[in-house]
Amino acid sequence: MRRLINRKPGRAAALGLGLLPFVLVVIAYLFGSHTRLQDNPADKLLPPPAVMVDAIERLALEPSKRSGQRLLWADTAASLQRLGLGVGLSALLGLVFGVAIGVVPHIRATLGHFLVVLSMIPPLAVLPILFIVFGLGELSKVVLIVIGVAPFIMRDLAARVAELPRELMIKGQTLGASTWQIITRVVLPQLWPRLIHSVRLMLGPAWLFLIAAEAIAATDGLGYRIFLVRRYLAMDVILPYVAWITLLAFLFDWLLQKWARRAFPWAEPAP
Amino acid sequence: MKSFEVRNLWKEYGDQVVLERVHLALTGNEFVTIVGASGCGKTTFLKMLMGDEVPTRGELLLDGEPLPTEPGPDRGVVFQRYSVFPHLTALENVMLGLELRQAPLAGRLFGAARTAVREQAAQGLAAVGLQAALDKYPAQLSGGMQQRLAIAQAVIMRPRILLLDEPFGALDPGIRSDMHGLILDLWRQGDMGVFMITHDLHEGFELGTRLLVFDKVRDDPQAPEAYGATITFDIPLQRRPPPDVMEAVRRATAPAGAPS
Repeated sequence: MRRLINRKPGRAAALGLGLLPFVLVVIAYLFGSHTRLQDNPADKLLPPPAVMVDAIERLALEPSKRSGQRLLWADTAASLQRLGLGVGLSALLGLVFGVAIGVVPHIRATLGHFLVVLSMIPPLAVLPILFIVFGLGELSKVVLIVIGVAPFIMRDLAARVAELPRELMIKGQTLGASTWQIITRVVLPQLWPRLIHSVRLMLGPAWLFLIAAEAIAATDGLGYRIFLVRRYLAMDVILPYVAWITLLAFLFDWLLQKWARRAFPWAEPAP
Repeated sequence: MKSFEVRNLWKEYGDQVVLERVHLALTGNEFVTIVGASGCGKTTFLKMLMGDEVPTRGELLLDGEPLPTEPGPDRGVVFQRYSVFPHLTALENVMLGLELRQAPLAGRLFGAARTAVREQAAQGLAAVGLQAALDKYPAQLSGGMQQRLAIAQAVIMRPRILLLDEPFGALDPGIRSDMHGLILDLWRQGDMGVFMITHDLHEGFELGTRLLVFDKVRDDPQAPEAYGATITFDIPLQRRPPPDVMEAVRRATAPAGAPS
C-alpha cells in the first residue's frame, strides 16, 4: 500500500473530486429547503430554486417600476465601475510608489515605515471620515477601496523589487543604464506579472470594501441591493446576488491569471 | 585597458578586516585569474572592481584614473547566476546595452536604428555560438548557453575590463572547456583586460596570464576577524600561443623534407 502522499487521482477522478463539494452544497441546500417548506410553506429563509429564478428574471429582465432600470444590470454596472476605478487607481499608485520605494534608497528611507503604519489603519474605521470629507457619492466609495488596497500593493511591489537579484541591477548598470532606464527596462517589465498577481490577491478585500460602502450609503449597487432587500428577508434575491458576485470575482481572477500567462511567457506561472 | 593599479587597498566591515594591504600593478590587457579559499575576500575584491563595494582605504586606478564607485559600461560583468534578464529574449538581452546608450529617455530604439542594433547583437550572439537561439528566453536556454549569452551581452559594450565571478562554476566539465576557448578568443579579439575568479586551480593556470592567490598571512586564532587577506602569490604565467600560431611555428621550424 503506497503512502497517502504518493497516491494521486487520475484526470477524471480529479475532476469528479473537484466538483464533489459543489454538488454536496447544492444537495444540502435543496434538502434543507425542501424540509423547511414542508413544515411551513410560507418559509422565506431557504427559497426553492424556482422562486430564485423568478426573482432574478424580475430583476434582470423587467424594468423597475420606480426607476425604469433593469436592476440587476444597473446594480452590476454601478458596482463594477466603483470596483474598477478603485482597483485600477490602487494598481497605479501601487506601481508608482512600490517601484520608487523599492528602487530609490532615499525614498525607501522616507516612506518605508510610513507605508507600513498606513497599511495598518483599518479602512472601515476611516469610512465615516471619508463620508464626511468626500460626501456620500461615488468618490468616497472609490477612496475606501484605494485606502484599503493600495498600501498593500505598494508594500508587495516594493518587496518584489527588493527580491530582484542584485546581480541584475549591477548588470543593468554595466550596460550603461541610468536610474530611469533601470526602472523602465529592468524593473518595470519584471514587475508586471507580479502586479497582476498582487491585484488578484487584493480583489477579495476590494469587494469587501465595496460592499461595505454600498451597504452604508448608496442608491444602487450589488451591495446596496442585498442590504436593502434584507429588510424583507428576501433570500430569493440575496442568494442569487451573492452567487453573481462570487461568479464575477472568480471570473476576474481567472481572466487576470490567463492574461498574465499569455502576456508574460517568461515568468514563472503564479498559482 | 592600458594599465591597472591597486594601491594599498583595505576593506573593513566594522571590526572585521576582509582585505588588507593589497597591491597590484598590471600593464596591458592581462587575463588575471584569482583563486583562494572561500571567505578570503576575492569576491569582495571583484565587487570593488565592479563598483558594488567601496574600498575602506586605498586606491584603484584604471588607466591612471580612479575607478568610479558605481558600476558602469567601462566594466562588464558575468556572474555565476542571474547574469541575464529573464524578461528579454537572447537577442533583446544583447541589444539592451546598445539601446540604452542611444536612447537615454525611451531606453529602446525604433526603425532603422533598431535594425542596426539588432544586426550588431545578432553578430555578437553568433560569435558565442547562439545564432540559433536569438528569440529564446533565458529560461529556455541551458546553463552553458545562458553564460554564453551573458558573455555576449557584456562584451558587446566593449568594456575596458571584463569581470567574471566564477562564470563556469555551475557548468559541466565538457561545456566548461568549450567556454574556456570562447572566453580566450573574445579576450584576444577585444581590447580588454579580464579578471576572473575561479575555485578551479587548473582553470586558473590554464586561462590566466597572471594568477593571483588571495590568503591571510597573519592569523590570530583568538580574533579571526582582526586580520584580512591579501595577495600572497602573484604569478605571471607563460601562455601557450594559440593553436594556429603553434602550427605556423611548427611548420617554420620543421627540418626540410620532413612530413608537415
